[in-house]
Amino acid sequence: MESANASRLGTPAEDEIWQLRLYVAGQSPKSLRAFSNLTSLCEEHLKGRYEIEVVDLVEHPSLARSDDILAIPTLVRRLPEPLRKIIGDLSNTERVLVGLRLRGESPR
Amino acid sequence: MAGKADAPTFGSDIRRRELPKTPTGITGLDEVTGGGLPKGRPTLVCGPAGCGKTLLAMEFLVRGVTLFDEPGVFVSFEESSEDLIANVTSLGFDLAKLEAEGKLVIDHVNVEGAEIDETGDWDLEGLFLRLGVAIDAVGAERVVIDTIETLFGAFTNTAVLRSELRRLFGWLKDRGVTAVITGERGDGTLTRHGIEEYVSDCVIVLDHRVTEQTSTRRLRILKYRGSLHGTNEYPFLIGESGVSVMPITSQALHSRVSTERLSTGVPRLDSMLGDGGYFKGSTVLVNGTAGTGKSTLASKFCDATCGAGARAVYFSFEESQAEIVRNMSSVGIDLQRWVDADLLRFRCFRPSVLGLEAHLFAMQKFIGEFDPAVVVMDPISDLLRIATGDDVAAMLTRQVDFLKAKGVTALFTSLNSVADPARANQQMASHVDTWLLVKTTEGNGEINRLLYVLKSRGTAHSNQIREFLLTNHGIELADVYVGPQGVLTGAARQAQEAQEYADGTARLEDLEQRRVNLDRRRESVEAQTAALWREFEDEADAVGRLLSHGSTGAEDRAGQRAEQGRMRRADTDASEGLGGARDGNGDG
Repeated sequence: MESANASRLGTPAEDEIWQLRLYVAGQSPKSLRAFSNLTSLCEEHLKGRYEIEVVDLVEHPSLARSDDILAIPTLVRRLPEPLRKIIGDLSNTERVLVGLRLRGESPR
Repeated sequence: MAGKADAPTFGSDIRRRELPKTPTGITGLDEVTGGGLPKGRPTLVCGPAGCGKTLLAMEFLVRGVTLFDEPGVFVSFEESSEDLIANVTSLGFDLAKLEAEGKLVIDHVNVEGAEIDETGDWDLEGLFLRLGVAIDAVGAERVVIDTIETLFGAFTNTAVLRSELRRLFGWLKDRGVTAVITGERGDGTLTRHGIEEYVSDCVIVLDHRVTEQTSTRRLRILKYRGSLHGTNEYPFLIGESGVSVMPITSQALHSRVSTERLSTGVPRLDSMLGDGGYFKGSTVLVNGTAGTGKSTLASKFCDATCGAGARAVYFSFEESQAEIVRNMSSVGIDLQRWVDADLLRFRCFRPSVLGLEAHLFAMQKFIGEFDPAVVVMDPISDLLRIATGDDVAAMLTRQVDFLKAKGVTALFTSLNSVADPARANQQMASHVDTWLLVKTTEGNGEINRLLYVLKSRGTAHSNQIREFLLTNHGIELADVYVGPQGVLTGAARQAQEAQEYADGTARLEDLEQRRVNLDRRRESVEAQTAALWREFEDEADAVGRLLSHGSTGAEDRAGQRAEQGRMRRADTDASEGLGGARDGNGDG
């Protein structure tokens, strides 16, 4: 997959636009927390080259099936490929960065 | 307060009001559960891998749609929809069609292999919403979740997961759907992650045991809150049309009985059994050691049945059809003509090819299709090779009940080992109506067969032992000789017969001789009598002649004596005395 080459090993090209989608369920505290955590994280690490789409599954419940969502909140990195999924309110910034491959995986 | 008010009614209320149940439509399961699964509550179905959990759950949904018009949702955490659809196609379940009709939703939740990074607090609201959509889409009343424990492999924070599962089961209850949750058995626990803790209304345990290389599936209702249920382990099968649970004890004894008799094919045996043979719909056990002619008796019965225009099935566990037909033709039983006429069908297989339950299922299916009047199983003792005596007895009990309910006459043969007679048969004995025993006796350098009726319910059967002969024109029963030397059979019986014949002949010859002698004697007596008569007649003639001569002589002599008297001056008295002397001469 040619388009995936650039993003391999979590070192995305500088000019690449990150497409992120956050699945939430209503205005729950977890959802709100996740959104604020995500925006501050993106501002810090991906300033100017990210798009966040928030999907409220309470409003579009059928998307849970089509996008295979179980846990709430779920953050999906749609671009750059490959697709990554992380769950939780994104309060553990370290793990979010690892999960999004914005940082190399720390030895466990 | 509410609790206190409810408490007094608890005991009586439960008994009066039967817990609402959702019938599964699965053969036998509704009988065992007393009507189905608890309506509107989750039921846990657990067991080891490959025990049939998924299939049982799927059949619950499919039957719900097809039999009770209750749409369903299948949430799969393991298999994809395509796999599920393909897996049950062989059972005649067309899931794709049911989905297209809007009666069924299959939702595959893909968690396997997914690396889910947890970055803080989360819940399973996505799953709830997803389920809610699916339930609403078809108006589902039945939900299956298979196997939710897969989630324990995907999420690391099990504390959150557990609380979410607890919430899920509560949510399912609130939705009022009847749910089946499957779980894989763990070490010493019902499920690997202990989800039985959350699903506690009804727990069904499936098992898949292998004994002596043969597997048997079993089902047990471990728990059914608020309801009576069968507590036994019930064997179950995954057959061509789904799951069949076979409750042994739920078979009731209410089959119709018949006084009609079916000929055994051996006239002498018919009369031994009272009046014309086996009762229609009864169960016959022919029991004996190797080579005693059990199969021949069975074949003869089939022959007689087909001869009367009825159908028979011969299940053979030892011989092939060709072997049986050939062997029976050597004793004058032509089975091929009945096979050709499609009145007789053979099913020959080694017991070890399938498990006991599968055999039973296959046989009952076949019997259901062919609808025979007579079923032969030859020999049931072979089944002991694949299962224990108790299991075989239980299986045969169900077979007997099944056949009796259909009014089919069954003939089972059973091989006794010489060392251990009647072990398997003891368990069978109470189920059979007629028990024929064929045994061999050894003596005078030969082995002979004896047949007797050990038991025959409802018939005035003979108490006599008969010698059982296999001749080239069939089975013959001969009287045995009972004498001072005991029971005589075979050559000894023939010798006895010959001896009696010889004795009889000798007596006959003796009589003839006596008759001849008597005739001769009569002839000689007659000859002697004739000779005597002749002698007498001669003498009579002579006397006659003498008499006629004697009268003139007497006159002469009287004249002479008168002359002498006159000369001697005698009186007349002297002449009278001479007359007496004359009489004496006449006697001589």
